[in-house]
Amino acid sequence: MAAMKKLLIIVAFGTIAALAAGLWITRPLTVNTEQVASLSGSAADGEWVFHLGSCASCHATPGGDKTVLAGGREFTTGFGTFVAPNISSSPAHGLGAWSQADFFNAMRHGTSPQGTHYFPAFPYASYTRMSDTDIANLWAYMATLPASDAPTQPHRLTFPFNLRATVGVWKALYLRTAFVGPGEDTERGRYLAEAIGHCAECHTPRSALGGLQNNRWMAGAPDPSGKGKVPGITPAQLDWSEADIAYYLETGFTPDFDSAGGGMAAVIEGTSRLPATDRAAIAAYVKALPPAQ
Amino acid sequence: MKLLLVLSLSAIVATATSVSAGGHGGNPAVTARKAHMQLYQHNLMILGNMARGNTEYDTAAAQAAADNLVSLSTLSQAGYWIPGTTNAELGDETRLLPAVFEADSTARQIGADLAAASVALAAVAGTGPEAVGPALGPVGAACTACHRAYRVSDN
Repeated sequence: MAAMKKLLIIVAFGTIAALAAGLWITRPLTVNTEQVASLSGSAADGEWVFHLGSCASCHATPGGDKTVLAGGREFTTGFGTFVAPNISSSPAHGLGAWSQADFFNAMRHGTSPQGTHYFPAFPYASYTRMSDTDIANLWAYMATLPASDAPTQPHRLTFPFNLRATVGVWKALYLRTAFVGPGEDTERGRYLAEAIGHCAECHTPRSALGGLQNNRWMAGAPDPSGKGKVPGITPAQLDWSEADIAYYLETGFTPDFDSAGGGMAAVIEGTSRLPATDRAAIAAYVKALPPAQ
Repeated sequence: MKLLLVLSLSAIVATATSVSAGGHGGNPAVTARKAHMQLYQHNLMILGNMARGNTEYDTAAAQAAADNLVSLSTLSQAGYWIPGTTNAELGDETRLLPAVFEADSTARQIGADLAAASVALAAVAGTGPEAVGPALGPVGAACTACHRAYRVSDN
C-alpha cells in the first residue's frame, strides 16, 4: 500500500512537472525590448513592405478603402471561422496604443501585447523571417494609415482549436526562422517570397495540424477559401520562363494572357509596386525551387 | 470591324451551343461567356506579346486588337450573364461565383472601367510598342479586379 501511495505521488509530480515543462516550452515568446526600441523605421520605406505583405487583403474591410485596416473579413477553415481583427491606427480598437516592441512580438513570435498566442491564420510563421529594418519600416508606415473604430469581432473556432494555449504546441512544431527554399544566387528573391510575400502560406500544402509541409514546398494546395485550388509553382507544375513570371508579377497576365484572380490578385497589387529587379529576383527564386509534388 | 467581331463571337457561341445541344451537355450561357473571354484573351495576347518584345510590333495588328477590345467591352452581354448559371448551380462547369449577381456586386463598374481602359489603349495602340505596355496596365487591372471578386480561384 505504501509503495502504491509512493508511486501515485511520483506519477502526480511527474505529470505536474511535465505539464509545467510543456507550458514553459510553448509559452508565448517576446523580443528583446531594448534592442527593438532603438530601431527607427521609415514610413516611406514601409509602404512597399505593406503592399507586398498583402496586409490590406485580409485586414481592410471587404469592398472598403484598402488603407483602412478595420478588419471584419471572415476566413472559413476546417478549424472554424477566423475574423480579421482591426489593425488600424485606432488606439482603442486597433494598434494605435501598441509599442514598436508589441508589433515586433506579433510579427516575430505571434505573441499579443497581452502575452497570448495569436492564431497562425495571421502568417507570422513567414513574417518571422523579416528583417528588423523591414518590420520597423512597416510599423512606421502603418502608423500613418487612418484609424477605424470598428470593434474587432471574435473568431468562431471549434474545440480544441479555440484554445490559444494549443497554438504554443503548433509553434513548437512549425514556427521556424530558417528559410526553406534555395538561397544560393536567389537570396533576395527567397527573402521577398518566403518572408514578406509569405507565398508558401497558400502555395504549400499543410498537415492535419495546419503546419506547412516543407518537403512539398510550393507544390500547390487547396485554396484557403475552400473553393478552388492554389497551384504549385515548382518546376514540376510551372514551366513559365523567368521573364514570364516577372511579367505576371508586374501585370497579372499569364503567358497566354489570362489574368490573375482570387487571392493572387491581391499579391499582384503588391508585386506590381516592386522594382523590376525585385520581381526578377522572385522569378529567379521560383525557377530555382526543387520540383515537388 | 465590330460587325466582324460580333459575327465571330456568334459563330463560336453557335458552334459551341450546337455541340452542347448535341448531347455533350453544357450551359449555353457558360459557353457564351467563355467564348467572350477567349476573344479578350486572344486580343490581349497580340498586344501583350508586342509590348514584351516577344513578337514584332505591327501598327495595324496592334490597332485592330485594341479596337477589338473596345468592341468586346462594349457589347451587350446581358444574355449570358444570368443568375442561376454560377459555380453554385453548375459546379465545375463554370468558375463564376454567385457574388457577381448580388446587390453589392461591382461587376458593372468593373465592366465600365474595362471599357474606359480599352478606349485609352486603342488611342495609343498604333503609336508604338512603348505605349502599349503601360496602356495595358489598366485593362489588366480591370480583368484582375473581376477575377479576384467573382471567379473561383486557381491562380
